Amino acid sequence: MNIPLNIDWQQILLHWMNLAILAGGLYFLLYKPVKDFMARREAHYQELEEEARARLRQADELKEQYQAQLDGAEEEIAQSRSKAQQDLQKSVQEQLDQAQRQAAQIVSKAREEAEYSRERTRKESQRELRELATAAARKLVFQPDADPFDQFLNLAEGGGADESR
Amino acid sequence: MRQHRKGLVLWLATILLLLGGALFTGSPGRSESVQEAMRDAVLHDVNRISLFGLKEVNPGLVSAFTVTAVILILAACIRLFAVPRFRYVPGKLQLLLEEAVGLFDRMAKSNSPHRNGFLGLYLFTAGSYIFVGTLFELLGLQAVTVHGHPVTLPAPLSDVNAAIAMGCLSYLVILSGGIAGNGVKGIGKTLKEFSLPISMSFRLFGALLSGLLVTELVYYFVQLSFVLPVVVGVLFTLLHALIQSYVLTMLTALYYGEVSEISHAPKKPKKEKKGSAAPAPL
Repeated sequence: MNIPLNIDWQQILLHWMNLAILAGGLYFLLYKPVKDFMARREAHYQELEEEARARLRQADELKEQYQAQLDGAEEEIAQSRSKAQQDLQKSVQEQLDQAQRQAAQIVSKAREEAEYSRERTRKESQRELRELATAAARKLVFQPDADPFDQFLNLAEGGGADESR
Repeated sequence: MRQHRKGLVLWLATILLLLGGALFTGSPGRSESVQEAMRDAVLHDVNRISLFGLKEVNPGLVSAFTVTAVILILAACIRLFAVPRFRYVPGKLQLLLEEAVGLFDRMAKSNSPHRNGFLGLYLFTAGSYIFVGTLFELLGLQAVTVHGHPVTLPAPLSDVNAAIAMGCLSYLVILSGGIAGNGVKGIGKTLKEFSLPISMSFRLFGALLSGLLVTELVYYFVQLSFVLPVVVGVLFTLLHALIQSYVLTMLTALYYGEVSEISHAPKKPKKEKKGSAAPAPL
């Protein structure tokens, strides 16, 4: 059959064979090696990226841990401060109580001493009065020359003179 | 400065000498008229070449084999000497190769995201073949016809058989994608585009042939063989090579993606029986 434009099926098949050889050759010689290399490089960079991401994640975790520790330390510091303040207040209170107790003891002792002193003074005064009274009574008793009645009168007059003064 | 001037004078003298020689040298005479040259460029029925003594073939087939050999030898050299020296930070050659492979691979992936393994290879092969094959005519390699005349080997795809082979092969690749992706439905989808092999074949043939005819015409007349071939021969051929590679690979990828895409047709809701439907609320 005479096909227009000089189309030749045999030559078309030869062209296909040529293209098949070219496709196979290019696949093994160029396409596959270059693609494999590109895939390898992509995998390498992906691995690097994943590694970097993992390290970043690890660093974040560490940061969180340190942050938590820092927060805990702050809380601990606050607790310690609070406890120290409480201890201080307690200690101050104890000292205050002790001081008050001591003061009360001192006051009580001072009172006792004052009472004792007053009592002793009173007793001494009484004793002195008694002695004076005794002395006076002895004086009165040991004037044998005078008439007791007269002495009494004299005394009474002396007392009247005193009253008139 | 004086040396530069001497060099310039020598260069101009050489050009003038060669121009004079070209114009005044006697021509052996034309073996064919311009009409015959044009007709043969289209039909290849006169200047045929013997293929290893087995068959008389068009020069385009010999060009195709030569182009394949050139590409494969180049690829083998790259595989042996360049690929083992690839580094993660690429050099210029590595960048060029990666871009060439990556361009067609990306084209395949973007047009056919669900199935693109073989498509990438086919696009790379077809793109390389069309690009190198179109640039091949710039070399102007000579072959001897069965009649003993010298003939310049044309671009392989300026031969209608090569263009048909490429167009139909692209169509078969698209068909294979349709079958792989959608089975029998894929065949139907591909056959719907029945004009595709013809349009792809003759687009290539027409584009390459027009370039060939213009080049033939220009080279036929000696007076047109100065300066003009720089534009017609080199720039047009370069543009041709780029555009035709892009167009065929792009179309193939586009249709491949279209026919191999798994269709998810929504199920039609069953018709409700008459009378069973509840009355519409007011």
